Amino acid sequence: MRKAIAAFMLLLTPVLAHGAPAGGGFDKANIDLSDTASLQRGARIFMNFCLSCHSASYMRYQRMAEDLSIDPAIVERDMMFATDKIGDLMTTTMPADDAQRWFGVAPPDLSLVARSRGEDYLYTYMRSFYLDESTPSGWNNTVFPNVAMPHAMYEWQGVQKAVFVTNERGNRQFEHFELVEPGARSPEEYDMAIRDLTNFMVYLAEPAKLERYTIGFWVIVFLLIMVGLTYALKKEFWRDVH
Amino acid sequence: MARFMEWVDARFPATKVWKEHMAEYYAPKNFNFWYYFGVLSMVVLVIQIVTGIFLTMHYKPDAATAFASVEYIMRDVPWGWFIRYMHSTGASMFFVVVYLHMFRALLYGSYRTPRELVWLIGMVIFVALMAEAFMGYLLPWGNMSYWGAQVIISLFGAIPVVGEGLAEWIRGDFVVSDATLNRFFAFHVILLPLLLVLLVYLHIVALHKVGSNNPDGVEIKKHKDASGKPLDGIPFHPYYTVKDTFGVMVFLVIYFGIVFFVPEFGGWFLERDNFAPADILQTPPHIVPLWYFTPFYSILRAVTWEWLPGGAKVWGVMAMGASIVMLFLLPWLDRARVRSIRYRGWMYKTALAIFVVSFVVLGYLGTKSPADVDLALFANVYWAQVCMILYFLFFLLMPWYTSKDPTKPEPDRVTSK
Repeated sequence: MRKAIAAFMLLLTPVLAHGAPAGGGFDKANIDLSDTASLQRGARIFMNFCLSCHSASYMRYQRMAEDLSIDPAIVERDMMFATDKIGDLMTTTMPADDAQRWFGVAPPDLSLVARSRGEDYLYTYMRSFYLDESTPSGWNNTVFPNVAMPHAMYEWQGVQKAVFVTNERGNRQFEHFELVEPGARSPEEYDMAIRDLTNFMVYLAEPAKLERYTIGFWVIVFLLIMVGLTYALKKEFWRDVH
Repeated sequence: MARFMEWVDARFPATKVWKEHMAEYYAPKNFNFWYYFGVLSMVVLVIQIVTGIFLTMHYKPDAATAFASVEYIMRDVPWGWFIRYMHSTGASMFFVVVYLHMFRALLYGSYRTPRELVWLIGMVIFVALMAEAFMGYLLPWGNMSYWGAQVIISLFGAIPVVGEGLAEWIRGDFVVSDATLNRFFAFHVILLPLLLVLLVYLHIVALHKVGSNNPDGVEIKKHKDASGKPLDGIPFHPYYTVKDTFGVMVFLVIYFGIVFFVPEFGGWFLERDNFAPADILQTPPHIVPLWYFTPFYSILRAVTWEWLPGGAKVWGVMAMGASIVMLFLLPWLDRARVRSIRYRGWMYKTALAIFVVSFVVLGYLGTKSPADVDLALFANVYWAQVCMILYFLFFLLMPWYTSKDPTKPEPDRVTSK
């Protein structure tokens, strides 16, 4: 019987291994949700750069202030540009119709983008904008080709050019970026900033993530004790079954 | 207390039912690992009903607000995320335990005479559960919810003559829309749970009439002591109640491990595309149902022979239907002299192994694109066709190989573990 179970589990391994959606060559974000300072820095970047066009309309400012230990007064002074009430949702002031006219597509809500796209995607995407005169905005992105979004953080990153090579099959293939105009941050600083932003957006996609591991640990400890106790109980009751 | 029970028993068979179904219900003493999954299915059913009730308190079955209301539950409702993850994990775990419960029947011939009705009622539960899961999956109104429902409902359109009308009638619209969401909500929270509870009740009534099978597949009722108790039986309470409590605790460790640590389960329990709201203009690149439907979905897609009369699609739908109907027929397909795999010959053992492998491979392929090569040599769709044929051969050849199988003699009494 043990062998049968082992064989059955073995059959499942390839299935489990393939469960993760293809991560397709993204750089690893290596975020750390327990790093509150990083989450705070990420929140500031998000409020300053992202929230002017995008919304995060399932998230409340107040919840963020509590979870990330940010003084509500600071949130009200430095982070709330679209509303006066800290209990409000993070909506955007940009009217959807205008956005549609300006960009050709309304910027999507970002509350859940870390869950629908993945953290490594976000981390790579925000570092992959390059100059491209053929697009309406003048920017393009190797992760999301012909994306309508312009590079919102070019002042920090600077201006990149993408170098393409033609492979043996004759296809144009992206090789690497060249920084043609340095930004206000060094490449290392910019990567760290995007890592902080990604960290915040993972939190933003699921605020409960900050607490569920801790609670879960104690739940499992409790249940393991119950496993032991109920096993002892079963042994005791089954003593007379031969 | 004794006088109170006397009073009750004169008006309601409380003690009688307790004795007949718990304290003096004799179950074989040699149940093993595989016999936990019945009680676990009931535990998951209760979890789903209780968490479901709490979810409906904040969920809005409205295409304009459904997605946001789920996120409201995840963020603003105290412990809402916990209830929601219990429900979403419960859905997948329901199928895990039910599939293992059904596999147990294949191992030990639990569907054989006189337990045909236990099996048939169980199969109806399985079908009802699939409907329940399918309709529940639409409710978060994510993009995969939406397109999954669109694809599956459109299958009804393949039925000749009445198909298109039928699909429209199910949706209540020409596409999946608010009307569909509302009716699926009604079915998901009222009709199917009621039906499931009733069917589970009938499943147990039928089981307790004939008594449980066991890993040896021999009848414990053949050998009784002077007072009429089966020699190899032990009272369900307290023996199996304490044993099952232990099993439930082990299950809960795994279940809550998923709920708290990996609720998406790597995209298998909660899919990435479903964290984007339903969008009629944006079809996900690969529309796939959740893992528990993929073996049947694979069979649907495996029929690609357009030369068949009426086109491949309608035959695919029929093949998918037939793959479930086959399971209903098991009690009459199996002709072996023995029930348990312990005493069956190499033919059934080989057939069962091939069946399990083909079922798992079908499930895996159902999550992949048919044109890709994810296994070896040739495209997924051809592997799916091979596995589909093996799947059906398991059933269609069963009368032959089970009657020819060189079985070993069954023991007279159950063997101790």
